[in-house]
Amino acid sequence: MSSSPATLAPAATRGTPRARRGRRRPDAWLGVLGVAIVLVGAETLSRTGIVNPAFLPPVSEMYAKLFQLLGEADFWQSLWLTVRGWAVGLGAAMALGILAGFVIGSLPWLRAVTRSTIEFLRPIPSVALIPLVVLMYGTKPASAFLLVLYAAFWQVLVQVLYGVADVDPVARDTARSYRFGPLRVARSVIYPTALPYIMTAFRLAAAVALILEITAELVIGVPGLGRDIGVAQSSGAVAETYALVIVVGLIGVAVNLLARVVERKALWWHPSVRSEAA
Amino acid sequence: MSIVALARRAAIALGLPIVLLAAWWVASADSTSPFWPPLQKIIQTFPTTWTWDRFVGDVVPSLTRLAIGYALAVIVGIVLGTAIGLMPRLRALSEPVLEFFRAIPPPVMVPIIALFAGYTGSLGKVLTIALGCLWPILLNTVEGVRGLEPTLTDTARSYRLSTWRRLTFVVLPGASPRIFAGARQALSIGVILMVISELFGANRGLGAAIVQFQRSFAIPQMWTGIIVLGLIGVVLAALFRAVENRMLAWYQGQRQIERGE
Repeated sequence: MSSSPATLAPAATRGTPRARRGRRRPDAWLGVLGVAIVLVGAETLSRTGIVNPAFLPPVSEMYAKLFQLLGEADFWQSLWLTVRGWAVGLGAAMALGILAGFVIGSLPWLRAVTRSTIEFLRPIPSVALIPLVVLMYGTKPASAFLLVLYAAFWQVLVQVLYGVADVDPVARDTARSYRFGPLRVARSVIYPTALPYIMTAFRLAAAVALILEITAELVIGVPGLGRDIGVAQSSGAVAETYALVIVVGLIGVAVNLLARVVERKALWWHPSVRSEAA
Repeated sequence: MSIVALARRAAIALGLPIVLLAAWWVASADSTSPFWPPLQKIIQTFPTTWTWDRFVGDVVPSLTRLAIGYALAVIVGIVLGTAIGLMPRLRALSEPVLEFFRAIPPPVMVPIIALFAGYTGSLGKVLTIALGCLWPILLNTVEGVRGLEPTLTDTARSYRLSTWRRLTFVVLPGASPRIFAGARQALSIGVILMVISELFGANRGLGAAIVQFQRSFAIPQMWTGIIVLGLIGVVLAALFRAVENRMLAWYQGQRQIERGE
């Protein structure tokens, strides 16, 4: 455990709220302009033939294909399977990670005994398990589930352990003086301290879970958008490949936004959120 | 440290791993399941599977591609990230675009990179790794540069430090904790992509070898491959931590003082 995550800290250093508010509207317009530049640029590169249109079709064609896909039931079925696989794997990883983190983190001897094992298992890339899950489950969703669970679980566990370790000793001792039971300690002392870390864990794990879900679909052939991308590419449907990649990217953006919204809702009382919203 | 204390620490660190390995050994000893061969058998197949030829032919090319792709991502990420972080206009212009590209799960870039660069050689694989590792480093560098202590930047300006000195003495060191956070994320993504990139097209490499074992139902060999991959992940993480502890020693010390340890 070298240092607590730097990802959690910087809310306080993001400049004064007033300066941010005053600049927000032109910022948003510049962002729209940036997106427009990229879209028009890609369209021009393709239309003028600077980049071979067989490799990079005009953006307008990608979006035409995308809207066509929106009318197909198969597309929605794949989207549902991908999102479901992501949500189930992430949910299981969060539940297991938080439970294990609370138990291991609250018992110092258990923390000491498991430290080396956790440090060893965590960096094992989850893709190493691909051959194994293929043998066990083939292209069933269980393959993707196991990969997502393994990858996301360690993210959650490690963050929760940081969070539990961060509990103020005075608060812990006070709870003990008042003879709080273990459940009460978990709820009123550990949980509020660990919550910001749990939210960081949710943000990191949500992104990792999506990567592994799509990977399992693309590489193993578990039904979902990832498999559709592989099929589209191998059948030479270039515009469709791009359209699906755009969809997956938008899902990724939605996941990141969702994680940020959940973080704000759950931590409305926490200084890092309050100072930003003020 | 006395010998007793040292032995105690060793026991705490090694106790559980030994128990777990022993449990695996005993539980799998009489295993007849084709997917879960006895650990004894896996260990026996190890030396015959991972010979010097295989090491040179499969492991070295994989790691070389990872190193080149990762290095590219670090260089491009830090340079671009510093530029974007220092120019608020540029940041506002590029932020939504960057957020979109970061959100694309890197493996889906494989089919697109395959269109441009082909996927039989090393180029496509290196590009996949570099593109996947780029976003965490780039975005964390932007955040790190943006979150610099205003006092520091103001002081640098009052002393009229040249741009170069400002970059090397103020901006980059100040942003380095965030840069390392991004680089650490990127490393685990890089290892994932190193394996995945070898699953496409007929290839040599660590990932390709493991999948070949699986397809030919050479299950103990497949398990040795999983173990090798796991060990590589662990060794790379340890190397990264060593570099980080050395380069961020000042920052970790500062944090310890702040936390009153």
